[in-house]
Amino acid sequence: MFFTYLRRELRRRRKAALVVASGLALGIALVIVVNSVSSGMNQAQGKVLESLYGLGTDLTVTKAQERPEDGAAPQRPRFEFKGKEEGEEQSSDRLMVQGFQTLADSTVATVGRQPGVDRAVGGLSLVNLKINGEFARGKIQRAQPQPAQPGTGNGGTGNGGSGGGSGPGDTVTGGGAAFDVDSFTLYGTDVTAPDLGPLTTSTVSQGRTFKTTETDAKVAVVDSAYAQKQGLALGDELTVKGVKFEVIGIATADRGQAAAQVYLPLKQAQTLSASAAEITTIYVKATDSTRIDAVKTAIQKNVTGTTVTTSADLAQTVSGSLDTASDLASDVGKWLSYAVLLAAVLVAGLLTSSAVTRRVREFGTLKALGWTSGRVTRQVVGEALVNGVIGGALGIAVGLAGAYAVTAASPTLTAELGSSGGAFGGGRGGMIFGGGPAGTAAGKTVDIALSAPVSVTTVGLAVLLALGGGLVAGAFGAWRASRLRPADALRRVE
Amino acid sequence: MYELIGVTKQYRRGQQRVDALAGVDLTLAQGDRLVIQGPTGGGKSTLLQMLGGLDRPTSGKVLLDGIDLAALSERRLTAVRGQNIGFVFQSFNLIPTLTAQENVETALVPLGGRPAERRDRAAEALESVGLGERRGHLPSELSGGQQQRVAIARALVKRPKVLLADEPTGNLDESMRDEIVELLEGLWQEHGLTFVMVTHDSAIARRAPRLATIRKGRITIKENRAAAGENRSASPDPVDA
Ligand SMILES: Nc1ncnc2c1ncn2[C@@H]1O[C@H](COP(=O)(O)OP(=O)(O)O)[C@@H](O)[C@H]1O
Ligand SMILES: [Mg+2]
Repeated sequence: MFFTYLRRELRRRRKAALVVASGLALGIALVIVVNSVSSGMNQAQGKVLESLYGLGTDLTVTKAQERPEDGAAPQRPRFEFKGKEEGEEQSSDRLMVQGFQTLADSTVATVGRQPGVDRAVGGLSLVNLKINGEFARGKIQRAQPQPAQPGTGNGGTGNGGSGGGSGPGDTVTGGGAAFDVDSFTLYGTDVTAPDLGPLTTSTVSQGRTFKTTETDAKVAVVDSAYAQKQGLALGDELTVKGVKFEVIGIATADRGQAAAQVYLPLKQAQTLSASAAEITTIYVKATDSTRIDAVKTAIQKNVTGTTVTTSADLAQTVSGSLDTASDLASDVGKWLSYAVLLAAVLVAGLLTSSAVTRRVREFGTLKALGWTSGRVTRQVVGEALVNGVIGGALGIAVGLAGAYAVTAASPTLTAELGSSGGAFGGGRGGMIFGGGPAGTAAGKTVDIALSAPVSVTTVGLAVLLALGGGLVAGAFGAWRASRLRPADALRRVE
Repeated sequence: MYELIGVTKQYRRGQQRVDALAGVDLTLAQGDRLVIQGPTGGGKSTLLQMLGGLDRPTSGKVLLDGIDLAALSERRLTAVRGQNIGFVFQSFNLIPTLTAQENVETALVPLGGRPAERRDRAAEALESVGLGERRGHLPSELSGGQQQRVAIARALVKRPKVLLADEPTGNLDESMRDEIVELLEGLWQEHGLTFVMVTHDSAIARRAPRLATIRKGRITIKENRAAAGENRSASPDPVDA
């Protein structure tokens, strides 16, 4: 009887059922589309971050930023031009560690032993700075002690300020310089682990990548953009700090800018920069990508003096249209879709309740015939639930179509990665990007095509919402039905 | 079978208090037939609701086979309605979406039992009111008289002890009225029911062995000597209020 009655009622009240169902459908479709677009945004952000760290890197470990001691100026590069006559051309070739903070080689193994860590690989990010130019020596006046001026080195153009030797409070007058700065970024890669780390963000388009045996070979892979600028080709020689390397491969960044302009075997990079057994960043792959936070906690606890950065941390530095759209999807979109759904559920509830009111005599009659309140209520809730299921099915269909349409249109979004402090990668930049390839990451812009993947979870959520909506609507009706007196059946027809 | 003692029913309409029943005493034996007449608003339907356990009196007792319906829990009262009492309403009160057959089956739902058994009994009941051929029809596809026949089949399919009819012919053409009344009286005789019917039809009232009139919540009962032969189990001393 329950199903017969249910079927007959729904068929007769098709229109009302359709109104209730389409309201719920609209809400559910919105929830699906917004959720899918939102996860598309996450995927896009993931891709952006992937372009920074490479595939498979779940988190990075860098040296914790040391708080500068009181009064001590932050570390910065120093250039010394000594013993040269005024007006003579001078040149300096410096190779510096990006972020100035390094970890011991051995930390890689320590991190690798942490629970939840699948693999850990170390790398060394360097900046090579070549300066050529002329100086006019200034006169130093030691008369008045004055506060120290911050040194040069911001952005790569010198202004002939306080060179080495001048003490705090001294003033330099009459100094002047004109010189060129040529800088490029280097990354010392662990050639034994070719599938983890920044080099995986690029594809070797010419030549080959490092062999796993080339741990200390004088070979280099050069980014295609840099190679073009410098006129480097396969087989050419590249000189870094006086050491010659053979260009064995040209790599092209998959997305946006490359992680570094020149890749060398780690050992070579360490030797060149006089930072033997030191690295700047450890790239970590977790065994379970859903438990990254636990891995982060474990590393932070067990490996002291390190900063652990996850993709989620990095995502916070992403800006641009991707970030705006992502915020929109996760805030306004979600809020809106749930508001629509809530409204739909309320309308469904009111319609169900008023349908019960219109059927007072019918339900009163059934109660007079000996139907319990429970049985009548079940009937009402059953009808509302079926409306919910129909609405859910409709909503899922429309939602899937909507998500498919977004994927088909695939609008392009731009992501800007949080800028770090210029070419020197400075302390601040190092903090945000964990001392990773900070220089190249500065102001990096990546274009991503948005898709809206629908997950099983989203569909499951939609089904739950539909049933929930139906139940809430049913509860309205049930409340109304349970308050009916059987005597109502005998009322005169108005 | 029925014993009503000092039954009152008050309704509140805003500030106003309406005495629908103002102290009714009434005794009915098994198999009795009582016809109730009276002006609109006199309290006829209210009395029927008390008899059928559809509502509770404000005060007084409604004893059915010694059990006070006024004191029963909602669940027990629902069960009593489901098992013992058949209702026929003025406006038929069929479920518009269900067929004649299914409408009759709704009365068997509270009794449990297998669906097949319900189907057979409902079909049989429809046969007995002459609607065997119309089982699959919706109420909207039946005439008023036929709808009321379905309602009668629904009231009697569970073989209740009591049949309560509130103006069963009120919504019918003259030609159909006699047909329905004859059917009800025939069934009453056949099943040995206690039968209480409210009607405005004076022709029916004239034929009734006992005639009650309710005016302003008070009942007066008259034995009809001319129709006494029809009364198979007259109550020895009808109570006047
Ligand atoms: N549910 C109710 N609420 C308020 N007043 C009611 C209600 N039902 C009946 N009444 C009043 O009680 C009185 C008796 O009604 P009723 O028994 O339906 O009369 P009858 O059936 O004789 O026409 C009337 O005055 C009616 O208005
Ligand atoms: Mg009435």
